[in-house]
Amino acid sequence: MTAIADRGYRHPDRLVSTDWVAAHTSNPNVRIIESNEDTLLYATGHVPGAVHVDWTSDLNDQLRRDYIEREGFQALMSKIGVTPDTTVVFYGDKNNWWACYAFWVFQLFGHTKAHVMDGGRLKWQKEGRAWSTDMSAYAATTYVAPARDDARHRILRDEVIQVQQRGGQFVDVRSPEEYAGTRMHMPEYPNEGAIRGGHIPGAKSVPWARAINPEDGTFKPADELRALYVEQNGLRGDEDIVAYCRIGERSSHTWFALTYLLGFEKVRNYDGSWTEWGNLVGVPIEK
Amino acid sequence: MPAYPERLQALLDVFAGVTDTHERTQLLIDFARRFKDVPPEVATRPFGAEHLVKHCESEAYAWAVPNADGTLKLHFAVENPSGVSAKALAAILDKALSGLPAAEIAKVDPEIVEKLFRQNISMGKGMGLMSMVLAVQALAKRHL
Repeated sequence: MTAIADRGYRHPDRLVSTDWVAAHTSNPNVRIIESNEDTLLYATGHVPGAVHVDWTSDLNDQLRRDYIEREGFQALMSKIGVTPDTTVVFYGDKNNWWACYAFWVFQLFGHTKAHVMDGGRLKWQKEGRAWSTDMSAYAATTYVAPARDDARHRILRDEVIQVQQRGGQFVDVRSPEEYAGTRMHMPEYPNEGAIRGGHIPGAKSVPWARAINPEDGTFKPADELRALYVEQNGLRGDEDIVAYCRIGERSSHTWFALTYLLGFEKVRNYDGSWTEWGNLVGVPIEK
Repeated sequence: MPAYPERLQALLDVFAGVTDTHERTQLLIDFARRFKDVPPEVATRPFGAEHLVKHCESEAYAWAVPNADGTLKLHFAVENPSGVSAKALAAILDKALSGLPAAEIAKVDPEIVEKLFRQNISMGKGMGLMSMVLAVQALAKRHL
């Protein structure tokens, strides 16, 4: 894979290499954050010095279906020893799917000194780099966060309905079977969280993992991403784009690629996603 | 309350007593470390699609092999090297259910996943793990 700087990205600084991370594991101004789908993984071994942020227990409100508010974010930042000046670097399993999700939530609180380690756990592992099983602990910090601002990067149900009604752009990043509505449930387990199968009318189907190189989890270069999203699927980068999946995790990976690697400025992640749209009374779906 | 087989109930009791997240994580990881891949006399790669656990993203496979006394021995393979949770559950199912009659194994429901993993679970992963239990249930039913 070519160096990140040579891949033609609009904001290449948002990705950092495994080499960069290896050189900064002891830098007090840098906090490496692991976020995984499999929450057991971090404890089996992680990048030395990395802390664990779990999207379920750390980033989500435990009572409302929503993200933590300012107080919760401040407490989390204090716990992992991060100040507003700390550079945070996310990485994780599943080709950084959950890392991008955590990155996205951090952007709701305006923590812009944030990067993703290209390739995530997979690349770090394949390169035979050091793992640590020590539970990293840092002195508590004081972090004063702004109120969560959903407007720039997140889109909620009512506005999604408006975008759909005016024929706006949607990118459905789930599997082709979920998009087609043929996969709704597993045998003997009737409900995957939605009453109806299918997709938001007009949505383009671009499974999230098509943005990465499966052998090492790195992002594809900009020309390949452009071919995928723009040439093959007709997405227009200067207009609103809504990315969605099942609960907004896979689509935050696509949001990252479109926003930072291609430089599209109006991409928002619909975290209500199919578990909301597929259950909403009165909204149209397409199969 | 479903009546679970004795060994499974004992394990569930152990997990029920662990309220600290870190301790629960370590307990599950200990099981994952004890995971044993399906032996070659039972199955070799590439494994048959009929043994693939559907909707488990860790690409897990399951087998139920009859013992001489008519009970079943469970075997698993987890192809995703990062599939720690799948390996932990496989090791737990083997420890708790191998050596039981098919009728006992067939009664075990996916509810145990929540009891074992609690906060160590996401919705998608939870369903993948539940389908491992369903796969074992289905295999056991074939031997009824």
